[in-house]
Amino acid sequence: MKMQWEGKSFIENLPRIYGVYTGGFVLFFILMAVFEKFGMSAEMIGILFLAFTLAIYAFIGILSRTMAVEAYYVAGRSVPPVFNGMATAADWMSGASFVAMAGGIFMSGYPYMAFIVGWTGGYILVATLMAPYLRKFGCYTVPDFIGTRYGGKFARLCGVLVLVVASFTYVTAQITATGTIAARAFQIPFEVGVWLGLFGILLCSMLGGMRAVTWTQVAQYIVLIVAYLIPIFWMSNKQGLGFFPQIEYGPAVARIMELETQLGVGTPPAETVAGLKALTALHATPVGGWLPAWQFVTLVFCMMVGTASLPHILMRYFTTPSVRDARQSVAWSLLFIFLLYFSAPCLATLSKLQMLDPNLPTSIIGASIDQVMSLSWIEKWGNINLLAIRDSNADGILQINEFFLNPDIIVLATPEIAGLPYVISGLVAAGGMAAAMSTADGLLLAMANALSHDLYYKIIDPKAETRKRLLTARILLLVIGAAGAGVASLKLTGILGAVAWAFCFAMSGLFFPLVLGVWWKRANRPGAIAGMLGGLGAGWWYLLAVRNPEAWYGLAQPWIGLDHLRFGVVGVTASLIFMIVVTLLTAAPDEETQRMVDEVRIPSGDTIIPSKV
Amino acid sequence: MSQAADRAEHWRRTRNLMVGHLIVWFVFSYLIHFLADALYPINFLGWPLNYYMAAQGSLIVFVVQLFLFAKQQHAIDVKFGVAEQEE
Repeated sequence: MKMQWEGKSFIENLPRIYGVYTGGFVLFFILMAVFEKFGMSAEMIGILFLAFTLAIYAFIGILSRTMAVEAYYVAGRSVPPVFNGMATAADWMSGASFVAMAGGIFMSGYPYMAFIVGWTGGYILVATLMAPYLRKFGCYTVPDFIGTRYGGKFARLCGVLVLVVASFTYVTAQITATGTIAARAFQIPFEVGVWLGLFGILLCSMLGGMRAVTWTQVAQYIVLIVAYLIPIFWMSNKQGLGFFPQIEYGPAVARIMELETQLGVGTPPAETVAGLKALTALHATPVGGWLPAWQFVTLVFCMMVGTASLPHILMRYFTTPSVRDARQSVAWSLLFIFLLYFSAPCLATLSKLQMLDPNLPTSIIGASIDQVMSLSWIEKWGNINLLAIRDSNADGILQINEFFLNPDIIVLATPEIAGLPYVISGLVAAGGMAAAMSTADGLLLAMANALSHDLYYKIIDPKAETRKRLLTARILLLVIGAAGAGVASLKLTGILGAVAWAFCFAMSGLFFPLVLGVWWKRANRPGAIAGMLGGLGAGWWYLLAVRNPEAWYGLAQPWIGLDHLRFGVVGVTASLIFMIVVTLLTAAPDEETQRMVDEVRIPSGDTIIPSKV
Repeated sequence: MSQAADRAEHWRRTRNLMVGHLIVWFVFSYLIHFLADALYPINFLGWPLNYYMAAQGSLIVFVVQLFLFAKQQHAIDVKFGVAEQEE
């Protein structure tokens, strides 16, 4: 079967293709709801949801296979801005955004919302400082920019190094997430689920590279946003909180604040349960004082600057037809991301209100323990140790500090808490899977492309023919994927920690070499190398130092509240200083490089790196 | 005007636009969240203002900013004749 993936007719047909797809997905959802009425088991519905969506992604992936360099690396530079926006949104929103974010807000309250601000505002940096210029440059990968702008194989190699460190940290977290979801839906051990998840991920990217990943990511975005929004609308409607709760949940926040005083949220629990936490943080109240405020803004800073340095996001803007489209595409990306992020606090709020408000039939706090224990969702999540109830004061009534849970279950359990049908839970599982898979695909591709294009083709064997290069890219994809799954099955870090580290690594090594490459003509090769290695080294050292205060790294206390989630602040500062000092101590770049920078700064004209077929 | 001077002026405008957007970005990313303690007592349609800004306010500003930026930068490019040719 041969299909046209580029050209006018394909582009014009895109809205129709994805319109039919969305309709088909909704139809499938309705069909499942009907099957549930006729008594299909919850397990079966979960399996069908995952199997159906995985089959579609694999179908797109196989259909869009390619052997052309432009198509494999940059999807033929033909992706329209709106669709690239959707693909970027899916690429961006990981398992952490989908599964963990609302739960984090539920559990940690206001301080956690730094992630929401940080994971959206970074796109301002992407649009104003980077994406349009990198698109004009015409690079295939992020190290391609470093290698061409600064010249020299060593600079390129440093770029590859930072990219791999950051992306690999990130991808293990995503494979862990796919493994968790697959394991629960198919009732298989986590270690097997990890490999199953990887198999699905590779099906989407192996054959068609960036082109296949682009079109599956659009499909995955549609699944994940539908899966996130439907439960919110449904729940809100059912509880009479309005049809569009995102714009009117202010009173619900106020009600929670009122209940917090009555229920004594903040009283530390009398017991501890391993791996679980009781709700002690206030929902909307800042902790108070300058240090928490400082920690809030430094976390925002790390997530934002990290956004603008993550190669798998930047490379999405290489695929648009023009520089102008790249700029518009950043705006669309953020709009699509916004739809989920402005819903996350709403979900956390509604879900918390369901549990706390004694006027709602679903409330559990203040109810008798026997009654609560018999609820099916309490029983189900309790059985797998993600939730626990301890009657510490033995009064037979559930107090707020006697209820323990793992925050990651909030999004997955909310439909059950609110008493929605199981079909919604199946939908949410499919959404979480789509979120984790799409991000993992983008990350794996970023790494495999950098290694095959920059390390193999540009550094090791510049004479390699196209076939061989693309074959190398695919083999590398397999190897990196397997390595990621191998590390993921060891369960070394939590999902969120690994994600924050990836951002910090990326910003420590890449932010200033990329930005100054466009905005500072004087920036030269030794400066860029010093910036990349110095930044990455300083960040890494600081991470090790705050994690091991007893060891020899020479740091007993974190500096002004900069803990391990915020080590990028140290790395990026070091990177800036190294880069400026070394650049000024060495000679300015030659005429040709300066002319190149002038060319990058205007949209018209040919790309800097000539495109080849 | 010579082409070199044109280019310099184009870049100056581009840079000013970038700086302008980054100032707004700085205010909504850092400044208002650093002042969360002061915003907390203010009630905004039911939300405490600090919560609202982190949950929605800043995000809406960012989205609007990006569409505006794309439009403004394109206008600058057109004015100085360096926009891409429409196909």
